[in-house]
Amino acid sequence: MTSPALAPEPTVSRSAGTGTHVTRLLGIATIVMIGWTAAFGLLFSPADRNQGDSVRIMYVHVPTVWTAYLAFTVTALCSASYLFRKKHSLGFDRVAGASAEIGVVFMALTLVTGMLWGRLTWGVYWEWDARLTTTALLFVSYIGYLAVRGLGGTHHQRAKRSAVVGLLIVLEIPLVHWSVKLWRSLHQEASVLDTDGDIDLDGLMLFSLFVGVVAFTLLYVWLVLHRSRTMAMEDLLEDQGLDEALAARRAEAVMS
Amino acid sequence: MRRWRIARLVAGKDLRIERRSRVVVNQVLPFAAVTMLMFAFALDATNVLERVAPGLVWLATLFSLLVLVQRAFAIEADDGALDALRVAGVDPVAIYWGKSMALAAQLAVLELLLVVAAVLLYGADVPAGGLALLAVTLVLATAGLACVGTLYGGLTAGFTGRETLLPLLVLPVVAPVLIGATRAVESALGTDGAALSEGWPWVGLLAVFAVAFGVGGALAFGPLIEEAT
Repeated sequence: MTSPALAPEPTVSRSAGTGTHVTRLLGIATIVMIGWTAAFGLLFSPADRNQGDSVRIMYVHVPTVWTAYLAFTVTALCSASYLFRKKHSLGFDRVAGASAEIGVVFMALTLVTGMLWGRLTWGVYWEWDARLTTTALLFVSYIGYLAVRGLGGTHHQRAKRSAVVGLLIVLEIPLVHWSVKLWRSLHQEASVLDTDGDIDLDGLMLFSLFVGVVAFTLLYVWLVLHRSRTMAMEDLLEDQGLDEALAARRAEAVMS
Repeated sequence: MRRWRIARLVAGKDLRIERRSRVVVNQVLPFAAVTMLMFAFALDATNVLERVAPGLVWLATLFSLLVLVQRAFAIEADDGALDALRVAGVDPVAIYWGKSMALAAQLAVLELLLVVAAVLLYGADVPAGGLALLAVTLVLATAGLACVGTLYGGLTAGFTGRETLLPLLVLPVVAPVLIGATRAVESALGTDGAALSEGWPWVGLLAVFAVAFGVGGALAFGPLIEEAT
């Protein structure tokens, strides 16, 4: 039986991986910025008056949560772009999925670093106050989103289902941010993006925090680029497998 | 309005199926009652049950909701009934509202049973002044839960391996209903000294939730059931 070579050649880059010029530069920039974050966070920035050195967890904890919000917002925007445009481009669906995966990872990091920080400053790993509860809810919701993506079916079925879910659960993000304002709670009032717009951190600490935010955002972009390209290759592989299976079935029919 | 008429027909169909098969009455309501018993076994300490009775009622409601939703879409799986409806050109918004109404009716009966069980088993009591708040809470929470359940039921209906996803998807989404309804019922019953006036803002949350999902779910339902099986 002849081997079915009917599938089209894949149109991704001829290199062995998902790296391109842009991602190489981006990767280097990310490594440099993370180095700066470590330097500023651990060395240059001062210890807090009350919390001492344990405040340094903030330089990881806060950037990861903002990056997670960014990731989930990108997921929602890409979901909307997939659903509401005429073309229903799967590229948007893949970026949505990649962004959600990375968002979940960053959210998990936020929760872990938050627990460690909480243990040091409040004495407990967890508290059921408004912000922590709604954050845990957000985390579980996006795990549900990832589960929906794994349901199987055609690429467009996956895209449609997850787009609907992605648009619904993104509404939990404003809920988390304003939950601290709505219910007075253990978690500190939003120090940087306070609802009044005042900024509440010492100069060098604030700068270190923004270095961290830039570093983690670059890391996020780098990860999304690679992951969505990998997804494109996975989808292509699946399509190829389907084409080969169809061809094999047809070949059987001809021969029998 | 044609759409409204179709929705009523779909709701009538679902309720008629229930009346003839009695699955909800024979299986789901006893399940809810057993859940209340299990709570009592787990939380058997002085005064705890009475204080947490509102929360337990809504938890039992949520768990039963999962079973009800799966039942609501299982009846559509036979003979590809839902696909037949779509192929016949029936407006998916009407199907959504119809199924939501039937689900809401079943939920309402369930919730009334649970409130009675809480009064009997947990020692909760309903002061006359709290009846209005209690009734409004039940109506709005039921509407919100039915809309969410129908939407996610449509998403997860079909192949095996998809129904198991329903709890994971639905429970986080209905958490606002759980919180709002529990606080509102606590105010209605006066649990732990909650004042009656504290309950009405939570009712507002329930109303917003019900409207948001009633509209959003109707729009999303069509594309979701369009796919094969």
